[in-house]
Amino acid sequence: MALDKNGIAKRIAQEVQNGYYVNLGIGIPTLVANYVREDIEVEFQSENGVLGMGPFPFEGEEDADIINAGKQTITTMPGASFFDSATSFSMIRGKHVHLTILGAMEVSQNGDIANWKIPGKMVKGMGGAMDLVASAENIIVAMMHTNKEGESKILKQCTLPLTGVGCVKKVVTNLAVLEVKNNAFYLLERAPGVSVEEIQNATEGTLIVEGEVPEMAI
Amino acid sequence: MINKKVNNLEEALKGVEDGMTLMLGGFGLCGIPENAISELVKRNLKELTCISNNAGVDDFGLGLLLQKKQIKKMISSYVGENQEFERQMLSGELEVELTPQGTLAEKCRAAQAGFPAFYTPAGYGTEVAEGKETREFDGKMYVLEPAFKADFAFVKAWKGDAAGNLIFKGTARNFNANMCGAATITVAEVEELVPVGELDPNNIHIPGIFVQRIFQGSNYEKRIEQRTVRQKQ
Repeated sequence: MALDKNGIAKRIAQEVQNGYYVNLGIGIPTLVANYVREDIEVEFQSENGVLGMGPFPFEGEEDADIINAGKQTITTMPGASFFDSATSFSMIRGKHVHLTILGAMEVSQNGDIANWKIPGKMVKGMGGAMDLVASAENIIVAMMHTNKEGESKILKQCTLPLTGVGCVKKVVTNLAVLEVKNNAFYLLERAPGVSVEEIQNATEGTLIVEGEVPEMAI
Repeated sequence: MINKKVNNLEEALKGVEDGMTLMLGGFGLCGIPENAISELVKRNLKELTCISNNAGVDDFGLGLLLQKKQIKKMISSYVGENQEFERQMLSGELEVELTPQGTLAEKCRAAQAGFPAFYTPAGYGTEVAEGKETREFDGKMYVLEPAFKADFAFVKAWKGDAAGNLIFKGTARNFNANMCGAATITVAEVEELVPVGELDPNNIHIPGIFVQRIFQGSNYEKRIEQRTVRQKQ
């Protein structure tokens, strides 16, 4: 069965390692924090200016001055810090953040990503995404494999305006874990009960299948 | 001590005119200069260019200026929370320069620090880099981005003193700190203006030299955009 958003987040959480500073984008990536192993030390960075983000506050304890990049009220963990926007992107551009997890509308087999604009229809802006994808060495994209019409979002070439070029190395979708290299998508894992054929049919880009492809362990 | 304190909003915004370029601090609605924005609305200044990470929501923050069509051009990174903004942009009434968030912050910081421009990897290979100078360093491509030039910066801090020293609270520091000293005149509004000498010099976030005018604001609404809570177990 294809994963839901929480399933995708659970699988991505396995990529988070002890000692990592992690930036989580809006949407599915935000859920990743709920599934990170409790026996490791991780700090979450939000690009609006906080390191050491904690869970959402209890009702009545919200503080308008403490939010995340999704403008949600949050709390902070012991050891947390606040800083200005330029410092925040020094952490990102300077490669001090180890892992970036963000959503996408499209990815292509050469590692391009599009997630900020649909010409003539939707222009929300790129926020911090362009800085994140241009600088981070370890980027995981969390997304649905197809759109609502069933069309693939895992493409030979992106059709939407790009957020970054040649930067995506790993994609986790509701169907599969894919590695992006050699101008192709390598199928690393299948969602539980999802066949290679199903993944093939949902993938417009070149899909490389080598040997037996294991199911995700989640 | 050089006294930066002004007596009221009128004095704080003296010299702001139609057609000027303004910087406004804040991220979403967090840390926005609410008092300065109300005064801009009240004065009905027109043809403004506003540099601000976001454009407020329909009925608060910069959304109030958009409603009255006071803004000619917005320079922002993310504008997803404002329908009137999206409408004006898609219809072509409003000029919009979308800028990656880190680049936006650095263009402020560069202006504050006296750098004319800087290279960043953000946006290389995308439409953001179109027409801009690019250059390779150590095998990676970068885009040349110029510092901002602005007439006024309106920032909001938690505490300040008449010397212009500022302390921010939580994530309300955001662009406010980077915009101080990045425009010809920086106007800081604070929730609490304390007597000079009360703030610990060790804990000043922005030294007063970057601020030309300061006043204690009033009636802060501090609206929360996405109130998100968890239940007690």
